[in-house]
Amino acid sequence: MSYLSIQDLSVRLRNGLPLLRKVSLDVKAGEVRALVGESGAGKSMIGKAVLGILPRAVRLTGGKILLDGEDLLALPPKTRRQRIGAKAALIPQDPLTALNPSRRIGPQITDRLVDILGWKRPEAEARALELLEEVHIQSPGRVMKSYPHELSGGMRQRILIASAFAAEPKLIIADEPTTALDVTVQKQILKLIREMQERHQTALLFVTHDLGVVSKISQSLSVLYAGKVIEDTDVRAFFDAPRHAYSKALLAATPKYTDPDGSLMPVPDNIIAAVEREVAAFDAQMNE
Amino acid sequence: MRDARGDIRQLPGLRLWLSGGWLLLLVLAAIFAPMLSPHDPLEQDLFAARLPPFWEQGADPAYLLGTDSLGRDLLSRMLYGARLALTVALVAGTLTCLVGATLGLIAGYYRGWADLVISRLVDIWMAFPPVLFAILLIAVLGTGLTSIIIAIVVIDWTRFSRVVRAEAMSQGAMDYVASAQVAGRSRLGIALAEILPNVLPTIVALLTLEMGIAVIVEAILSFVNLSISTDEPTWGGMIAEGRTSIYQAWWVLVFPLFALFLTVLSFSQLGEGLKEYFDPVLR
Repeated sequence: MSYLSIQDLSVRLRNGLPLLRKVSLDVKAGEVRALVGESGAGKSMIGKAVLGILPRAVRLTGGKILLDGEDLLALPPKTRRQRIGAKAALIPQDPLTALNPSRRIGPQITDRLVDILGWKRPEAEARALELLEEVHIQSPGRVMKSYPHELSGGMRQRILIASAFAAEPKLIIADEPTTALDVTVQKQILKLIREMQERHQTALLFVTHDLGVVSKISQSLSVLYAGKVIEDTDVRAFFDAPRHAYSKALLAATPKYTDPDGSLMPVPDNIIAAVEREVAAFDAQMNE
Repeated sequence: MRDARGDIRQLPGLRLWLSGGWLLLLVLAAIFAPMLSPHDPLEQDLFAARLPPFWEQGADPAYLLGTDSLGRDLLSRMLYGARLALTVALVAGTLTCLVGATLGLIAGYYRGWADLVISRLVDIWMAFPPVLFAILLIAVLGTGLTSIIIAIVVIDWTRFSRVVRAEAMSQGAMDYVASAQVAGRSRLGIALAEILPNVLPTIVALLTLEMGIAVIVEAILSFVNLSISTDEPTWGGMIAEGRTSIYQAWWVLVFPLFALFLTVLSFSQLGEGLKEYFDPVLR
């Protein structure tokens, strides 16, 4: 049973340019699915569509988003907001802008518990302390009273992870959560997300462009090109034998520690041309 | 793992003390003007006309800063003039801020048609020459304190709208706003609880700046004799009177001008200082 099921989701810019082309993907309860693709492929757009935070210049033009069996797009806006708030959460990309600079950490974690779930303040605060301990923050009491600028980037990302898990959502969308961090911190954060996901048995949609990360964290993955899912498979099968020519080239382009002298392999032009033709053919078929 | 950034604390700084000090002095002068003034500000004494300030030859110690061409005591007139200047600064500044900041926040955060309407209105508004606009408004509304305040609000709200809109837009694009949206916060809740606190340091800086501008606008209107009744002592009116006798009695022009200058400067410096003090990131 999939917890999140996206069916034929189409998103366009207001001027009609398609950004997502009938995207379908499922995330089973407790599963980690990676969403990979190059910059501009529409990875983040999928997460934003699910969470209802699409940018203004963008319109949802078709498809269904089923969260826990309920079609989100059919709900009235207020109910939809509450459902998403209670069942899903976001780990954003940039920890430096994802916390409100003029509010203390504590209330920023407890907001959702109080607003959406109707908890009492003290209860919510106790829970927040617990969560901060869970993400290995020392002296959580002190951190709760701090402002974001008083903390380092890695700390802030830990806080955002704690905050995402606060309301025990059954789906978390992580939008390149390690991209803005330096490499040593990246590894810790990745491990932490994995650890939290396993402990809380949360479904995780992990958006990334780093195939190395994919192999460490996820069970299944979708490869996206120009807003179209071109391969949907489980991780082992993908790394053993990717089916799509573009996926093969993408995998070959990943630099290898085992072969540091080997030159980097960009995706060949003829393969790009082939995928572009495929996308164009798909568009033509849609327009008929 | 606590970042050392949190342990840096700065003192509010000399700028805040100096500007705040002058303004405090002015507020006290305005409140206690009747007690502090050595003379009635309206009392004329033609035998004591154009007396120089106390350090010049021929000064009368009873008139500390000298007298104008009608023999009125300059110090007393300046103290009473501070009353009007400060009333206009506080009331007009605050009202302008409320109107302009609210519209700016709506335009910057809600965007869409509201932004379209407000922004075009601001564009049209700013195309009017402000001083002429003020004179025109006073001509329509009639002179008096209320008219001055209305004129300042009507002319200057655009300043707040522009800046607050831009700031609200850039804050609205931050991830923490998206996070709050995912967490189920309403649009109004986000605008008030998430965006407003981050725009507040800018609003405070603008507010004090606006108070300075209000003082100038009032002085300009008094200068062209469009403020309140001509008898009432105002800094702008004094400057206008001083202008006519600048070669015989420079002090009539210079003292009120200096008070005006210091006041406007203090307001703008106070704003800068407060902005640093309020902004958690700059702090």
